[in-house]
Amino acid sequence: MNEITPASIGLSREDLPNSYIGRSVPRPNAPKLVQGRATYTDDVVLPRMLHAAFLRSPYAHARILSVDSSAARQVPGVVRVFTGADLAEVCDPWVATLDHLKGMKSAPQHPLPLTRATWQGEPIVAVVADTRAAAEDGVAALQVEFEPLPAQTDMETALAAGAVIIHPELGDNLVFTRTAETGDIAGAFAQAHKVVEARFVTGRHTGVTLEPRSIIADYNRADGTLTVHHSTQAPHMMQGVFAKQLRLAEGDVRVICKDVGGSFGIKVHVYPDEVAVAAMARILGRPVKFIADRFEAFASDIHARDHRITARLAVDAEGRVLAFDVDDLTGIGPYSVYPRTSAMEGNQVVNLCGGPYDFKNYRCTTTVVLQNKAPTCQYRAVGHPIATAVTEGLMDLAAEALGMDPIEIRRRNLIRDDAYPFTSPAGMRFEGLSHHASLAKLLEMVPVERIRADQAEARARGVYRGLGFAAFIELTNPSPFMYGIGGARISAQDGCTVRMDPDGSIVASSGVTEQGQGTEAILAQIVAHGVGVAVNRVKIITGDTQTTPYGGGTWACRGAGIGGEAALQSAIALKQQILEVAGAMLQATPESLDIAMGSITDKATGAERMTLHELGRIVYFRGDTLPRDLQRELVQTRHFITKEYPFAFTNGIQASWVEVDPATGLVKLLEHWCVEDCGRVINPMLVDEQVRGGIVQGIGGALYENCIYDEQGNLLTTTLADYLVPMSAEMPEMHVGHVETPTRESLLGAKGAGEAGTAGAPGAIMNAINDALRPLKARVHEQPFTPERILRALGAIA
Amino acid sequence: MITLTVNGERVTREVEPRRHLIDFLRLDLGLTGSHAGCEHGVCGACTVRLDGEIVRGCLVLAASLDGADVVTIEGLSDSGEVADLQANFVARNAAQCGFCTPGMIMTAADLLAHEREAGRGTPSRAEIREHLSGNYCRCTGYQAIVDAVEDTLKARHPVADLGRGTAPAPRSSEATR
Repeated sequence: MNEITPASIGLSREDLPNSYIGRSVPRPNAPKLVQGRATYTDDVVLPRMLHAAFLRSPYAHARILSVDSSAARQVPGVVRVFTGADLAEVCDPWVATLDHLKGMKSAPQHPLPLTRATWQGEPIVAVVADTRAAAEDGVAALQVEFEPLPAQTDMETALAAGAVIIHPELGDNLVFTRTAETGDIAGAFAQAHKVVEARFVTGRHTGVTLEPRSIIADYNRADGTLTVHHSTQAPHMMQGVFAKQLRLAEGDVRVICKDVGGSFGIKVHVYPDEVAVAAMARILGRPVKFIADRFEAFASDIHARDHRITARLAVDAEGRVLAFDVDDLTGIGPYSVYPRTSAMEGNQVVNLCGGPYDFKNYRCTTTVVLQNKAPTCQYRAVGHPIATAVTEGLMDLAAEALGMDPIEIRRRNLIRDDAYPFTSPAGMRFEGLSHHASLAKLLEMVPVERIRADQAEARARGVYRGLGFAAFIELTNPSPFMYGIGGARISAQDGCTVRMDPDGSIVASSGVTEQGQGTEAILAQIVAHGVGVAVNRVKIITGDTQTTPYGGGTWACRGAGIGGEAALQSAIALKQQILEVAGAMLQATPESLDIAMGSITDKATGAERMTLHELGRIVYFRGDTLPRDLQRELVQTRHFITKEYPFAFTNGIQASWVEVDPATGLVKLLEHWCVEDCGRVINPMLVDEQVRGGIVQGIGGALYENCIYDEQGNLLTTTLADYLVPMSAEMPEMHVGHVETPTRESLLGAKGAGEAGTAGAPGAIMNAINDALRPLKARVHEQPFTPERILRALGAIA
Repeated sequence: MITLTVNGERVTREVEPRRHLIDFLRLDLGLTGSHAGCEHGVCGACTVRLDGEIVRGCLVLAASLDGADVVTIEGLSDSGEVADLQANFVARNAAQCGFCTPGMIMTAADLLAHEREAGRGTPSRAEIREHLSGNYCRCTGYQAIVDAVEDTLKARHPVADLGRGTAPAPRSSEATR
């Protein structure tokens, strides 16, 4: 086992018959998606299934004075009405803090609140009925008396004297604060040649999974088991959550997630309405389904990125970065979200600002406060687009102040490609990044000279175009240092079980999950490669806690890097076991044999000795013909966890080419480029599409998406007509390039790729817009960059 | 009581006045390929074909459909009408989570079916994007979807016609500047 090297198993030997790593193999689960034959949670129908609907708080902050359900209970089809007190009898509240985030605090949260509503859209009372329509009729018939309370919505006054203290038992609205400080900030700014400063705002936005949050909980009174069909990214985590909160053994809870219609971090959190469904199923002993509608999604899915940041950058006369000084403030709603906590996004801003650059002096503070708005938590590329926009916005300001080209200032400051291992001033350890190689690759793709010539020519015609760049780092392959050390039951390891069936086909079950990113495709490629069979002979099973090894699921870009390595190691173990058995049958040493395209071959000559089909027949049906003591388990399980580094950082750089209309303030995206280094690329097509999809989510945050509240805490953007998302007509063509720096933590060498696009796009677009506006002496740093904000920057409107 | 044809089969059902077509298809007929994404006509996940034209299943009341002819993604798949488009979606990875995909295929099929009407030539990439602009996709960034539709158009009409679409589609850096 210890002798296995990338060379010994043929990694990157693309000419071998079953070398699938690095190939754009189509996804095995795609045909069912294009034929409408997938199974999303709402497609599941169980006998005697009931449907839940929730009365949600119409107020941002209110005391619940009374709940009169008598009329609701008379509505035809209504079976039962549940209040917070009803559910508290079977379900314990949770508190979302992490021990390693020192000083962090939050309040206990129940599935339905006992006395107070703390955001508009919070589920307050549940009605369960024969149909969703009847349940909604029941909700309409509820008589709930609220006493509206003053709401604390503005994060900037959340800690001021006179603020409404959202949870009086906490004493104030401060959830968490952390400062990372290295070097001599005051000295660096004092000796700086130029200091630039800006105030950045990232608009509160949300994931808008097209499939809303969906759950069916089914409690079996006969055996005391709870089966939950759930649209989730982390089935094993949710198994633990349901078990703990409902006081069940983990083995008595089974979480099944078949097809998941988008997740992006939205579906990795514990939502009170979903726990309520499990609690109601526990009480009723019948299956209960809840599918959020779009209004409920906007009002109760986690939001993200509600940050206001003031930041300064000091540079010397040569444009070298002397110091970053960043002050981040974020509002997270009334509760930190369980179990990841809502402090992590601000914490990531502290970890990631300045990330691509080599400098000595750093200070960054995040302050995380409560407010009466929907809870925020982790959404795709947690904190990354914020840190990247701040860092890259300041770099462009510095370049402008120095009269330096934005590419040149980056080239002078990016960490050298031979500088690794490297520890950043924020304390992040980088095993190996490729900033300069990535920049070089980007400049091969982006015709900068032609763009600059076009830009000058267009300006002469009164057309304002701009080119913007954003280098970024991305945190992937998280270890227990992400959550486990803080006491959260979130697995950083993952397992894979690979078995050979009698016909020589391979079945692999994995703890990581599929939400469309192609997990099942890459696992099939890895297993096919590792065992030595055709990829279409491999069946992958994910998304069922009862049949897959324990694992963390999909978050923080860990599917390929963690789940993929577990799959590779188990496939290699199975191959060795097969060769042991084959050696006994063929009177050969296992070392002299190999497996290629489903057959045992002679390693030296490549000649076929026997098919796996024949080996399977003998092992399973004529075991009497084999040596009595031969180990013949054609099934192997391996688990993987990273060891040396807390995270596998990746890096990349993006460029955006835009046109801004100064008359209307509208931004037209002309073209977009991204070079990204996710280590070993297992399936280039899937990585490209992950990057493109990520870029478009970044574009959404940069230009369109915003959860807008009024001063009373009423959410104004509750439909897709009010909350704008990128659509096909306004999206640019996106070009993706790769640099490969495999991680040495694993044989596979894969890091994550799913968040890179989202991490870098807003910063690149911001810099492109400001490049376009530069001749007009205007700039914007508040996302989303709406026509109104651009016109205000231009002085066209007040 | 309504009687209509769904995917070539005659069905008769009693429906509540408030029942939308998407719920009728999913809940009454068990045709779960069409999805309810926003239920207010914006996202396009519920797109189905009604009497030859695509509609939003969440905006049509089932009670109004007596005598109608409805085709869903299941029927479209079984007919083989867009087998080439579906194969190109798979080849291009133009479906990630797949929740929007049935609606996206229905909308793209509409473009394929109507492309040559009124003397129009093969649609450009910009026109493909425009035609798909009522269908929300959160995963792909749309580019692979446009690629898949364009591949299908080109394969169906290898010789470009009518002057439009004769030039290579503007997909590279050069074309947009």
